[in-house]
Amino acid sequence: MRNKENENVLSAQELFIKKHRVHHHRIAGMRFLLLFLFLGIWELCADTGVIDSFFFSSPGRVLSCFLSMVADYSIFQHIGITLFETLASFFLVILIGLLAATLLWYSKGLSEIMEPYLVVLNSLPKSALAPLFIVWLGTGMGTIIVAGISVALFGCIISLYTGFHQVDAEKATLIYTLGGTKKDVFFKVVLPDSIPTILSTMKVNIGLALVGVIIGEFLAARRGLGYLIIYGSQVFQLHLVITSIIILCIITMGLYQMIQYAEHWYRKKM
Amino acid sequence: MNDSILELHNISYSYHSLTGEIPALLNISFHVKQGEFLAIVGPSGCGKSTLLSIIARLLTPEAGTIAFQSPDGSLDYPKTGYMLQHDHLLEWRTILKNVTLGLEIAHRDTPENIAFAEKLLEDYDLYKFKEKHPGELSGGMRQRAALIRTLVMNPEILLLDEPFSALDYQTRLSVSGDIGNIIRTTGKTAILITHDLSEAISLADRIIVLTGRPATVRKELPVHLTKADQSPLAARSAPEFHHYFNLLWKELSHEK
Repeated sequence: MRNKENENVLSAQELFIKKHRVHHHRIAGMRFLLLFLFLGIWELCADTGVIDSFFFSSPGRVLSCFLSMVADYSIFQHIGITLFETLASFFLVILIGLLAATLLWYSKGLSEIMEPYLVVLNSLPKSALAPLFIVWLGTGMGTIIVAGISVALFGCIISLYTGFHQVDAEKATLIYTLGGTKKDVFFKVVLPDSIPTILSTMKVNIGLALVGVIIGEFLAARRGLGYLIIYGSQVFQLHLVITSIIILCIITMGLYQMIQYAEHWYRKKM
Repeated sequence: MNDSILELHNISYSYHSLTGEIPALLNISFHVKQGEFLAIVGPSGCGKSTLLSIIARLLTPEAGTIAFQSPDGSLDYPKTGYMLQHDHLLEWRTILKNVTLGLEIAHRDTPENIAFAEKLLEDYDLYKFKEKHPGELSGGMRQRAALIRTLVMNPEILLLDEPFSALDYQTRLSVSGDIGNIIRTTGKTAILITHDLSEAISLADRIIVLTGRPATVRKELPVHLTKADQSPLAARSAPEFHHYFNLLWKELSHEK
């Protein structure tokens, strides 16, 4: 009797797990279906002349464009450059952002002084600054990395600083009662408590860094996906433009997943 | 200075804001004897925690002085250990890492001190949880871990700021009994702040009643209970218990 009950409990649990799996497979299936449907209709419309494939390209043409660029290795160079610039500005944003937010947290006076400037710099459309960077820094990788940093940095500082401030004040009191200093409060409580905030800020900033890098490449590059998009549109090679955009989509997904994994790993470790 | 470890003379403290000054403590004077368990009761919001913060030297009084005598004869202010209302165990640290936090901050995390922390964990039935994270412990165990975090620093005076008020009634009774026993067996001087009169009577040797804001000392009441053992239930069933309870109740009711 007891055995039977046990079996019942187990099978209910198994049923639950099975249901959960079926649900997940169904969602994944629908996602792929949507993608293939979109690509199929796109190809069909382009082949039958419903849309002009000169302007709208088609999955087949995008693929052949991509393969020809793989064949002469040029695509790897463009992807590599854009990826490098994005990662460089992303890491610099996180580094400078953490340092700045720490300074602001340390000094209440400094944060009060800086507040209006941060708000203005954060709401300013950073693409407006890109032409200035070109004049100041010339057309090179440095300019593009600075453009990437400028888009993400101020928002990063503000969200990290806000995160630091949301840490329970009583936890700080605890450190003081144990004879600690403000430095101990920061390293023993504020920083470890803010890791989820830092990770979610990273998720936002990797996308923003890419936006900044593409803006920079539009204006001041001879290589990279942003350059390919601008070049392609100027010479009316729209296959090239759309191929680059699709590669950008895949890069964004990849970078986002990377941080998602880091977050997952951290949660598991906790 | 006889056997007092601390003597407070006319301590006053006010909080300041743009809308005005809020006096919290006014001319508070009392002493604490070596090894004594002192309870401070008073209406809520009367500045009891401010008083503890001053004794712990987290705040400097605006007026008044504290005379002290370190039990080891040194001229330093006696070491205080502060236990807050919530345990504030850090979720990302294991229990062992949590109880040695103070040692780590003071750069005193030597093998001997860590062994002492492990011994305390063993004494108070937490040893098998030392590699666990705080989320896996019950409220009472967490509060015991918080006490060990304080005891590891080897304080001469323990300051307890309503350390049981976040617990449910049953846990509260057993944990206050546990912690009372731990403090008595280690012979520490303790100052407990509470608004629970039965807790104060069952744990303390002497009770100080504060008035409402600004707090002044209204009454000092030595407690002598005839009890079978040290458990909180034995204290609550002592014949004198109700007498003390009524006395305190009357004192505090005058405030309203």
